[in-house]
Amino acid sequence: MSLPQGSLDHPLYHFDISHAPDAGGHFGRFGGRFAAETLMQPLKEIEEAFYAAWADPEFHRERLDLLKNYVGRATPLYHAERLTKLTGGAQIYLKREDLNHTGAHKINNTIGQGLLARRMGKKRVIAETGAGQHGVATATVAALFGMQCDIYMGREDMARQMPNVLRMRLLGANVIPVDSGSATLKDAVNEALRNWVATCEDTFYIFGTAAGPHPYPLLVRQFHTVIGQEARAQILEQAGRLPDVAVACVGGGSNAMGLLHPFRDDADVRLVAVEAAGYGLDSGRHAASLAAGTAGILHGNLTFLLEDAEGQVIPTHSISAGLDYPGVGPELALMLEEGRLQLDAATDDEALAALQQLTRCEGIIPALESSHALAAGCRLAAGMRPDQIMIINLSGRGDKDMDNVFKHLGWLEDGK
Amino acid sequence: MSTRLAQVFERCRAQGRAALVGYLTAGDPNPQQSRELLLTLAAHCDIIEIGMPFSDPMADGPVIEAASVRALAAGTHISDVFELSRVVRQVNPDMGIVLMGYANVPFAMGFELFSERAAAAGVDGVLIVDIPPEEGAICDAAFKAHALDRILLLSPTSPDERIRLACDEGSGFLYYVSLTGITGADMGDINDIRSKVAHIRSLSGMPVCVGFGIKTAAQAAEVAAFADGVVVGSHFVSQIAANSDADAALEALDASAAAMQAATSGFQLEA
Repeated sequence: MSLPQGSLDHPLYHFDISHAPDAGGHFGRFGGRFAAETLMQPLKEIEEAFYAAWADPEFHRERLDLLKNYVGRATPLYHAERLTKLTGGAQIYLKREDLNHTGAHKINNTIGQGLLARRMGKKRVIAETGAGQHGVATATVAALFGMQCDIYMGREDMARQMPNVLRMRLLGANVIPVDSGSATLKDAVNEALRNWVATCEDTFYIFGTAAGPHPYPLLVRQFHTVIGQEARAQILEQAGRLPDVAVACVGGGSNAMGLLHPFRDDADVRLVAVEAAGYGLDSGRHAASLAAGTAGILHGNLTFLLEDAEGQVIPTHSISAGLDYPGVGPELALMLEEGRLQLDAATDDEALAALQQLTRCEGIIPALESSHALAAGCRLAAGMRPDQIMIINLSGRGDKDMDNVFKHLGWLEDGK
Repeated sequence: MSTRLAQVFERCRAQGRAALVGYLTAGDPNPQQSRELLLTLAAHCDIIEIGMPFSDPMADGPVIEAASVRALAAGTHISDVFELSRVVRQVNPDMGIVLMGYANVPFAMGFELFSERAAAAGVDGVLIVDIPPEEGAICDAAFKAHALDRILLLSPTSPDERIRLACDEGSGFLYYVSLTGITGADMGDINDIRSKVAHIRSLSGMPVCVGFGIKTAAQAAEVAAFADGVVVGSHFVSQIAANSDADAALEALDASAAAMQAATSGFQLEA
């Protein structure tokens, strides 16, 4: 399946903005723009630039051309028959976002925001990163567009994802270690915001997930809906009908919104969000903000947060740096409250097991983030009938996680 | 709305000087020491800003962020913030007291209960860094019901429409952030600040205080020459960070606050 060359009426993609937030960026009682005054005008300028670009066919032509010829879209929807047999239930299809250039879905968004930055005449881009995938995708786009690039990354995450740190440096980006707080993703966001407050005149903040102040949740969702729009067309072509279930892992929610949003109005498609249960939801050491959080305000939006009774954000834990975040996109919070989202969770150990299982039976090494979706997805699929269909978003590939995985498996210590 | 903040600015204007607005984070370095430090600072100030410690102070630089970390590590709770406010109010019946912080802390308590407790502690106004005018619906009714001023920020990036919005939605005073950056960075160009303050004044009748980056008495004096108030934060907080001995911290804070007080009163202390 290929993308249109210079044509926008291709059946794979559509450009309407459904389930839009209100003018202030609120999704129901969630979302909004809880930002410092200095950022209000820059955010408004990005919002205006986004709406203008989205209405401009030239913008989509440019974007889709890059998504096809540079990123490699459309990504395949792969019927994982051996995994299906092993699981013994629903037919499992994998949306192969791991096959994108740079190895994850993140580049869909950085291409979009990078083009916006260029349209706005910005010379420098900054980003936060957790697993490093968004940082690599941002550094890649910065190299492509000839922009200066600074990536903020928690020192703890740098240790967990060293290959991505080195890739970013090779791409010409400056990786800035963040030591504050828990030295993970949320602290990287804090630090990137602090830098942006001082540099917003010439700098575009390429936000990596479907959270943050308006318009970022909308931007990130719209740039990632190519995932679900393709998957929807592909499953109709391959199986002749819509899936029964669509499954994605959730940290902030970018790959989840990308896959799930285009199925939102298909009432018969169950939408499942899989959170990181860390050492277990009862352990208190996890990153399951939808399952265990309370409403709160962080990083510019009202959403579900892992926080104490006095509103202090509490440390999270996940084996996967990309899911290790105490908040979640505001639109997912709304979808949960509206009953449109089904919640699930996978522990560190379950994700590790799922990673090995997929690798052994299909020859695909998934990212630890995506392995959470695989773990919960397979568990759900096992309870379904073989005539039912599940799509799991394989949001990224696992190369970046190898050191971390080997360490957890004990392969580095005993030299096995 | 609180009348006390208005009276503070009237009094300062009558005396031909700018108000000194001093900031410390409540509970820094611990609730016990914080009480003496706040009282010491309050003795030199017209308005005191009491920071509510937060785990993720996104708009603050390293100095004030570290103060939040120290306060939270020492077990500072929101009840301590109210108690410290009450103590400052008891000793200083006429000064302005403003709580400053991030939205999630009052949101977690509920703005109604938060406002009730703040007002009962003698607080006059509240400045929430991440609640811009557009998101005021979340707190406005509660603040009004308890006669709390809602202090709003303006920055070099605020266009006229946002200045007017802040004038319509805010009360007490306008807090002009003198630089595009975080607290404690280097102060912006004084001529830019002067002309922006004059411009804000042309659109608003509200007092304008200037803060972010004022670290020396000379800078304070420069700003005091044209602003209604001078806000000093990181400079005072850094006196605590630099002195692990409690008495030394008190002495250092007292000296730096006295210097700033002199500077904003239009005369300089001997070096």
